[in-house]
Amino acid sequence: MRNESRLLLVVSLFGAVIGVLFWAVGLSPVYATITSGGTIMLGAVCLLGLLPGYYYHWWSRRMSPRSEDDPEATPESGAGVVGVFPGTSIWPFVLGMSALLVCLSLVFGFWTAIFGFSLAIAAVVGVILESRRGGAI
Amino acid sequence: MTLLAERPGVVQEPGGPDHGHGPTGILRWLTSTDHKVIGKSYLITSIVFFLFAGVMAVLMRTQLASPDSTIVSQHTYNELFTMHGSLMLYLFAGPFAFGGLANYMVPLQVGAPDMAFPRLNALSYWLYLGGGLTMIGGFLTVGGAADFGWVAYAPLSNAVNSPGAGPDMWIVSLILTGFSAIFTGVNICATVFYLRAPGMTMFRVPIFTWNMVVTGILILIAFPVLTAAMVMLWCDRHLGTHIYTVSGGGVPVLWQNLFWFFGHPEVYILALPYFGMVTEILPVFSRKPVFGYRGMVFATITIGALSTSVWAHHMFTTGVVLLPFFSLMSYMIAVPTGIKFFNWIGTMWRGSLKFDTPMLFAVGFLVVFLFGGVTGVFLASPPIDFATHDTYFVVAHFHEVLFGSAVFAGFAGLSYWYPKMFGRMLRESLGKASFWFMFVGFWVTFLPQYLLGLHGMPRRIAEYSASTGWTTLNRVSTAGAYILFLAVAIMVVNFYVSWRRPIHASGNPWDGHTLEWATTSPPPPHNFFRLPPVRSERPLWDFNHPEHTTRAHEAEHEGGTPSRRGTRATGGGADGAR
Ligand code: HEM
Ligand SMILES: [Cu+2]
Repeated sequence: MRNESRLLLVVSLFGAVIGVLFWAVGLSPVYATITSGGTIMLGAVCLLGLLPGYYYHWWSRRMSPRSEDDPEATPESGAGVVGVFPGTSIWPFVLGMSALLVCLSLVFGFWTAIFGFSLAIAAVVGVILESRRGGAI
Repeated sequence: MTLLAERPGVVQEPGGPDHGHGPTGILRWLTSTDHKVIGKSYLITSIVFFLFAGVMAVLMRTQLASPDSTIVSQHTYNELFTMHGSLMLYLFAGPFAFGGLANYMVPLQVGAPDMAFPRLNALSYWLYLGGGLTMIGGFLTVGGAADFGWVAYAPLSNAVNSPGAGPDMWIVSLILTGFSAIFTGVNICATVFYLRAPGMTMFRVPIFTWNMVVTGILILIAFPVLTAAMVMLWCDRHLGTHIYTVSGGGVPVLWQNLFWFFGHPEVYILALPYFGMVTEILPVFSRKPVFGYRGMVFATITIGALSTSVWAHHMFTTGVVLLPFFSLMSYMIAVPTGIKFFNWIGTMWRGSLKFDTPMLFAVGFLVVFLFGGVTGVFLASPPIDFATHDTYFVVAHFHEVLFGSAVFAGFAGLSYWYPKMFGRMLRESLGKASFWFMFVGFWVTFLPQYLLGLHGMPRRIAEYSASTGWTTLNRVSTAGAYILFLAVAIMVVNFYVSWRRPIHASGNPWDGHTLEWATTSPPPPHNFFRLPPVRSERPLWDFNHPEHTTRAHEAEHEGGTPSRRGTRATGGGADGAR
């Protein structure tokens, strides 16, 4: 887990360093330009890495060691249930089409959104019921 | 229905409880959450978009073959290059690699039973399909499709200059496909972080998968900005806001800043996956481990990081950017790219090379991309950029880079993994013919465009007069485009032949190195019957060739004897994972 967290923290650090650099260069009166947009976006890059990166770091110190982080693990050591996976499900399709209809209302007017939102409700209910029946997800 | 995915310890029965009882026919396609089915759907859909955009390209080249040509009007030409560029970039190059091949191969390469979030994965595909059809649907509207270029610069894209439903559909399409890419990015990162096989530490993950992780992070950085910019553009067009218009106190350059903050990472979102494919193919067909594995990983991370801070090199001519900052950063990106090149050559150096179709395309990529990269370094220098901005020099440069990666490397990856995905081989003769036509056609198309650019021919024009003297070079370029068309057609024939007269592919036809070749072709539901132990970045090779394991090879090259190095390596010091 540690390398994963480091990767994200590096992204965050890079965003911070470059963001500050960019902002500082922009302060110089030689360049009559607006740098606020770029600074904000680089700041967002910093946060984007920090949040999951720190979360992984936090977890990596609390979780029991994983066989995928152990360079000497054998296939047998990882045997067993990996997780619960949905088999087949129609709801992603329904949800996708509802999103399409909702977005198309930006072009064709409000009426497509009515259908879109109804489908979305159906899909959400469907997914929840499906997960209940199936268990963990 | 829900399945428990077991990781095979030794041997396991294929499939889960509903194996063979699921829905059939079209319903099977609509309801599948299997990453292999979704990956194939992505692949086929994106190739269809590629063919569509290719036809538009040939139409444009036909128009430009003679001066004062009137095959299409300037307005139609605008629609054509906009849709050609948008389809190629948003709907082909990205989704082909990231939604198609990565979706299929990443779980296999790390030894996972599926993606981490299978239903989210399916949702990504439906958003992509819906968004893609919406974009093409623009052609059916009264005013025609979007015609402001794939970059949609303000104020060209506002409601006055580009009225109508076509541009709106383009905007909606990018919102939808943007979300699709974001979801896939999350999914791939989670899969690699959480579902790796025992023993597969982060520094044993194949380079292809590494590149996909970095691409995923870049997508998470870049696409939300694009989506936000699109929503604001829509607000400007319909709600009367003035975010990008001077008259209401807005700043048109803001669009350029937002767009290129997405756009330059996007260039690497399109390139890194293809670098990854090439890095998988070269070692296999050189029968050597990849040269400088860690260097490759760090180069990828560096490219990814730097690509977030070079966006304004696309805006030098606006005069309102921090010129030295961006110019310097753009040069710096050439360093990790150079390292990659060095390592690719090092991988092939003194290997026993086999020039099968995938290898040919991969080497073709190296040549083409190198040339495109060098002209790119020219363009990063502001004085040259001022002279060539918006001429055919730029058109030739970005086609060299994009065509090199998306088509040469893309076809390399496709012909490499085709046996795994479809369980049948492609014909070598057709594959090689396709490669040579493509390689020749490519230079015939794009070398004249460099010259045209130097002679001052601007991009995005539908007509030029004979007195400019551009006719001959344009003719040659158009002839090249026809050759390229032929090359792609041969590839399609190749698929057709393999579909009608299958030659069965074994699980491991290329003597591959990585885990996807450790299962059947195509893999069973939940992918693996058994996993080999993972002791290096080429687990399957080590398993099949115990006398030449990767560690022994490395030891040899560092001067130590294999056995002495071998005992130290058992401590796992080289991998230092936890
Ligand atoms: C099949 C070979 C191809 C040919 C013959 C071709 C031809 C063209 C032509 C004639 C233009 C318009 C140039 C202008 O008037 O400014 C163009 C633009 C463009 N092409 Fe291609 N192209 C090909 C493949 C590709 C590929 C594979 C990609 C990307 C993956 C691509 C991406 C673009 C982009 C981004 C533009 C710019 C659109 C714009 O100006 O907004 N092309 N291409
Ligand atoms: Cu760029």
